[in-house]
Amino acid sequence: MARYVVDVMPKPEILDPQGKAVHGALPRLGFAGVTDVRQGKRFEVELEGEPSDALLAEVREMAEKLLSNPVIEDFEVHAQ
Amino acid sequence: MKVGVVTFPGSLDDVDARRAVSIGGNEAVALWHGDDDLQGVDAVVLPGGFSYGDYLRCGAISRFAPVMTSVIDAAGRGMPVLGICNGFQILCESHLLPGALIRNDHRKFVCRDQRLRIERVDTPWTSAYAAGAEVTIVLKNGEGGFVADEPTLDMLEGEGRVVARYLDDNPNGSLRDIAGVSNERGNVVGLMPHPEHAVEDLTGPGTDGLGFFTSLASSVFA
Repeated sequence: MARYVVDVMPKPEILDPQGKAVHGALPRLGFAGVTDVRQGKRFEVELEGEPSDALLAEVREMAEKLLSNPVIEDFEVHAQ
Repeated sequence: MKVGVVTFPGSLDDVDARRAVSIGGNEAVALWHGDDDLQGVDAVVLPGGFSYGDYLRCGAISRFAPVMTSVIDAAGRGMPVLGICNGFQILCESHLLPGALIRNDHRKFVCRDQRLRIERVDTPWTSAYAAGAEVTIVLKNGEGGFVADEPTLDMLEGEGRVVARYLDDNPNGSLRDIAGVSNERGNVVGLMPHPEHAVEDLTGPGTDGLGFFTSLASSVFA
């Protein structure tokens, strides 16, 4: 079994209203000194077979085509 | 003309859109997301709603529905396609239109009568309007903030591809107050407000939205 993690984050220049909402809530809970929060998504993808460059490339293709929108998001793929 | 209206799982405004198509003088044809047969329609409307529950990103999963393969193909050949709200999101995810729609900057769902200026009137969806016409159309969205990088925004403005712009208050943080855009050719239009909810005096703020559904005939037979 090969397992990869895809982290998707809003691009730095794109407004992240969800992250801002979380950031706004933290001080109310007593967490002072938080300067920023960005909210993204994490995907755990399991595939048949052993980890390989080919499978990594396949997961990267999934991330480009479906898991992220390149207009507003960046992604990173790593094996787990 | 036969105008197909696609129903996805989670579409809300497909029935209103079909009704608006009929009131606009065209024949409405119900299309199903799981069927790639466009049934010989002359144009397609992708209606509003929350297709696939907005899972992953709004429109991201609908973009890969079987019907969309045919819609993308037909749009490439010049068939008029109008995406309203969730339909606009699907068109952006399909890369038929540039940019993307993100959560409203104020983080609240907004539902109101919205004033707009119609800026591009040489499309099959807007030819019934005078250039610069100011209209009031229902707006209702949670993720209606239009974003694109600066070069893309400049290109849209430079090529006259901003179809509609918000007047008065910007309801969702859309960059440059953009409410709707078109592809280069003009046959594909995405619009965040809902003209199908403004086609009868009995309901909605008036009939200012009707032009989106009467334009088709005039643009074809002109």
